[in-house]
Amino acid sequence: MGSRAPATGLGRDLAVVAAIATAILLLPLGTQSGAALHAVILTLLATVLGQGWNILGGFGGQFSFGNALFFGVGAYAAAVLQMRLGINAWIALPLAAAAGAAVGALVGALAFRYGLKGSYFALVTLAFAEVFRILANMLPFTGGGVGLMLPLDTRAAAMQFASRVGYLYLIGAFAVAGFLLHVWLRHSRFGAWLVAIRDNEAAAAALGVDAFRVKLAAIVLCGALTATSGLFYVQYLHYIDPNIAFGPAFSVEALLGPIVGGMGTVFGPLVGAIVLHALSESTRNLVADVPGVSLALYGAVLIVMVRYMPGGIMGLLRRR
Amino acid sequence: MPDATILAAALVNGATQGAIYALIALGLTLIYGVLHIINFAHGAALMAALYAVLLLFTGLGVDPYVALPIVTAGMFALGYALQRMVIGPASHGRDENILLVTLGVAILLENLALVAFKSDTRTIDTPYAFATVDVGGVLIAVPKLAALGGALAMTAALFWLIERTDLGRAIRAVAKERQGARLCGIDVEHVFALCYGIGLACVGAAACFLLPSYYVNPTVGGGFVLIAFTVVVLGGMGSFVGALVGGFVVGLAESLGGLAGITLGWGENMGQLGIFLVFIAVLLFRPQGLFGARG
Repeated sequence: MGSRAPATGLGRDLAVVAAIATAILLLPLGTQSGAALHAVILTLLATVLGQGWNILGGFGGQFSFGNALFFGVGAYAAAVLQMRLGINAWIALPLAAAAGAAVGALVGALAFRYGLKGSYFALVTLAFAEVFRILANMLPFTGGGVGLMLPLDTRAAAMQFASRVGYLYLIGAFAVAGFLLHVWLRHSRFGAWLVAIRDNEAAAAALGVDAFRVKLAAIVLCGALTATSGLFYVQYLHYIDPNIAFGPAFSVEALLGPIVGGMGTVFGPLVGAIVLHALSESTRNLVADVPGVSLALYGAVLIVMVRYMPGGIMGLLRRR
Repeated sequence: MPDATILAAALVNGATQGAIYALIALGLTLIYGVLHIINFAHGAALMAALYAVLLLFTGLGVDPYVALPIVTAGMFALGYALQRMVIGPASHGRDENILLVTLGVAILLENLALVAFKSDTRTIDTPYAFATVDVGGVLIAVPKLAALGGALAMTAALFWLIERTDLGRAIRAVAKERQGARLCGIDVEHVFALCYGIGLACVGAAACFLLPSYYVNPTVGGGFVLIAFTVVVLGGMGSFVGALVGGFVVGLAESLGGLAGITLGWGENMGQLGIFLVFIAVLLFRPQGLFGARG
């Protein structure tokens, strides 16, 4: 650890991903406790959610305040496809990701075509999430405000598992895929374009980077990955309603994890998700389960991170 | 087709609701115009001010209109302190940071309120809550009429402050050219904090006019925050007249959209949906708004 790590450590990044994958695989040997596995599954779910935001916000510098839009689209796609159209969950998975990608393309095409940046972009994502929340309340096939409850069908063929280990492996596999996507971003030309746009869009464009198409690709990836986290949420917890799906809670969780862990880093979303979940678990143990305490803490953490640790935990590690 | 009285009532209702939106948006547009940041904590600040009005009324029996100077001064102090001690230092000179910090403040305030007051929706009982005035056959609730007057007075006062006072000149100088203003001896951080304070003071005034005819719960601000953004973006960022006009436009769009939705059997949500669609359209096609100059 003493020497400075090389700027591009592809081998090291891949080794860390392999270590994480192995840890997830071996975890059930260490513990069979339902509560422990549940905590790990939720942390991995938050990791995937954060990874989606990190592609667009961390690497690309486009801060979405409404990533619940993609989460909700994925969750509702999963529930509606299975319950209304009788489509198998494994087929619904790529369809949900495609729906997230399509909504990402729509929002991105509009927002980036008209040059929205910074707060304007944040606002427009937030507004789209609100529009979808109201639509989910109004439309007949979403079940309205009552929401949709996915029937229990614990067969692997229906992407439901009697044991939590199944969910651990499923969501863990996607988190690992998300990491590989991040490693690719970190070491590919496309990722370099994205970072160049974040750091100075005018300069990047002057050097021939097609900023519109790169940002559009980033929001499509973000939409697809975030939508899969929405699908997993429904498969695991069996219930979705407009306020859960499109409300502010998941928008906040999506951006908070990467910011705490380290924006634009490969492992920031995981580090952030672990820290935040540990934090909210420990406060829950301290002050019972008063609603609002853990989110109030999230707010305070966000302020403190931006004030004192703008590089996140990964930034702190790198400086040493 | 609804008859003329219903239509007139919807128009009046939209205009008075629009006045409240304008009051909230005035503070937001001032903060944007000078600090060039979008204050995501605006809705949470409104919620905090509403609770202040509620507690003054239920605890000490202070009438909301009497509480106006107290709440306004309190919100000014809160805003000044927030900008000076939290938002300013955390910005590190980057707009993205301000965006995130104000979001953090919003989450913190809303959930502290949830801890303190639970998620119950509360209202206050004033003797004049249901008093109405008959204007040409249309009944207007007195609290809403007061809000209309308040919004107009507030716009005039802000206009005077910005255009006619030394503080206003300093604010405009900072808005235009930070470094230049600093070189002329203006304490830029102080002006920033004053602006944020005045912005929240507007929210405090809005809360006093709002609560007699409305309610408060920890998430009440969320509904207003996007509407206030819509008003500000529609009117043009940093324009007071724009905020006033934008408020009325949005209020009318909501009430007429709701009426149309009910008449057509689509439900009242149409009004809200209309607001957000207008918002997205304005952001995309005319981000400088109706009265604003870009940049």
